[in-house]
Amino acid sequence: MPEMTYAQALNQALREEMLRDPSVFVMGEDVAVWGERGGVFGVTRGLVDEFGPRRVRDTPISEGGIVGLAVGAALTGMRPVVELMYVDFITLAMEPLVNQAAKLRYMFGGQAKVPLVVRSNVGASGGKAAQHSQSLESWFAHVPGLKVALPGSPADAMGMLKVAIRDDNPVIFLEHKLLYFQKGEVPDGEHLVPFGRAVVRRRGPHITVVAMQVMMQRALEVADRMAVEGIELDVIDPRTLAPLDIETVYESVRRTGRLLVCHEAPERGGWAADVAAMVTQVCFDHLDAPPARVCGANVPIPYSTPLEDAVLPGAAEIERAARELIEGVRV
Amino acid sequence: MLRRMQLIRAFDSMLPDLYTRQLIRGSSHAAIGQEAVAVGACAALAGDDYITSTHRGHGHTIAKGGDVKRMMAELLGRQDGYCRGKGGSMHIADFSIGMLGANGIVGGGFGLAGGAALSAQLRGSGQVALCFFGDGASNQGAFHEVSNLSAIWKLPLILLCENNQFAMSARVEQMVSVRDLTRRADAYGFPGISVDGMDVMAVHDAVTTARLRAREDDGPTLIVATCYRFVGHFSGDTQHYRTRDEIQRWLERDPISSHRRRLVDSGVLTEDAADELEHEARRAVEAALQFAIASPWPAAEEAWEDLYA
Repeated sequence: MPEMTYAQALNQALREEMLRDPSVFVMGEDVAVWGERGGVFGVTRGLVDEFGPRRVRDTPISEGGIVGLAVGAALTGMRPVVELMYVDFITLAMEPLVNQAAKLRYMFGGQAKVPLVVRSNVGASGGKAAQHSQSLESWFAHVPGLKVALPGSPADAMGMLKVAIRDDNPVIFLEHKLLYFQKGEVPDGEHLVPFGRAVVRRRGPHITVVAMQVMMQRALEVADRMAVEGIELDVIDPRTLAPLDIETVYESVRRTGRLLVCHEAPERGGWAADVAAMVTQVCFDHLDAPPARVCGANVPIPYSTPLEDAVLPGAAEIERAARELIEGVRV
Repeated sequence: MLRRMQLIRAFDSMLPDLYTRQLIRGSSHAAIGQEAVAVGACAALAGDDYITSTHRGHGHTIAKGGDVKRMMAELLGRQDGYCRGKGGSMHIADFSIGMLGANGIVGGGFGLAGGAALSAQLRGSGQVALCFFGDGASNQGAFHEVSNLSAIWKLPLILLCENNQFAMSARVEQMVSVRDLTRRADAYGFPGISVDGMDVMAVHDAVTTARLRAREDDGPTLIVATCYRFVGHFSGDTQHYRTRDEIQRWLERDPISSHRRRLVDSGVLTEDAADELEHEARRAVEAALQFAIASPWPAAEEAWEDLYA
């Protein structure tokens, strides 16, 4: 299996899908010539040289316009892949995404399809502060008609982006800034990762931990440390929030009796609450402790290092919560 | 064109009665007085050209060749409606004739039409997209973003502003920074054409010119059709924002009467044939209503269908 970075895996997925299907095209700000010819994070690198400026389109700074056009193009036979440089900028495109892309098929009684991918990135990294660090995935999971994907490894980045592009529905595809330059093995040949199928990253009988992307990696670090003491975590990466493979979580909680859900996004109104609520309703009799959450603070992401560290959840918070879940049980 | 204008008038004239009889619910907006814009524009388009519509969309759908039976069934929320009862008045679409939907969001059509134009350009299909919108929507950011994008990419797009003088109760001269809306095209470097929206032939000619320009890869055109909504924004509108005198002055320029007069005076139609067109429209709408009433209600389970492809 070849090893490549997450950004390279995304780049290869784009290249393969553009070769496979002439209706696929890419547009966004600085996707064609910036840096080493393509993208602030290099995801679209070299594509303009291979496919030309008609299919790899640099756009003006006009997120609402770009996404609006992409919805219209998707309605009429194309498969646009839009890159928004940071997910924070998606706020400028909420109208076409939420009112149009998510609803057109439904409100037109199934006449339309909207095979649209909007790629962007979530997460704090290196002091980008309040308007370049958000994790907005819960917003989109709340909108019926959208799919929401958050790949956590190079292999998933490739397999999930290819599936997103082939999907006939609008997909909000959220990469994580800290993962772009991490390397990992990617399977040879055609690699497709279907949506709505969680992956168990580590097996363990004591605590179910649900986390994606960087939080999933932190959970795995904690799992390594705690395993030494004989506490084994069951780390589940849902990979897509919509559709959500909640069955895999139920199955795990029925074995472990304890649930910990982690995300970088602020705790209030986040998807962790939804997972905890579903598990509480369905697996109540199996729970040995109340479900716990480790999430971002309910503040914007601040700039200064000690401030950013203070509001972002990390391995230490996951470990503390895991210990409380174990120690909280007084049988 | 007279036939289609009559059909729009007859269709939208039914709305108050449908509300009174509690056959329809929600919001629907009549285009009475604005028929010439919809019909003149769509008559200048090819069958596979695209249009996007507004919340006031019945006229656009009929003008593009929509089926009034399926439209009426949609208004009544029935299974045979265009959207199988999921859309209602503000979301009627017919993709088979390039009608990409009415839209409940003012300005929601700019991106869809611009994207359809981009799609046509990428596919090399020769199709053109026409976006109907109102004077009110010209203040939305989407108008400006799509104007710029379609200009730099020379998209085959026609932006057709129906300036009916009001955004609900807000008069255009109070809400729009320029007296002459066509000046907004200057900002983006494409032509802005002013046209009498009460004259179906004038609208037709302007859209024909814009369509030729679009197909020659010269990019978008803004057409501002000055017209007037004869009735309220929706049923129950108190219309405190205008006077009876003003309405009366515009009624004297009724686009249907004037086009009829033109056809009769030039010998294209006899008075009897023109009367018959009007009767035919009323009969078609009455038949559409009977069709809609006979159509079954959707089953509750259908609320969970059509969300994902």
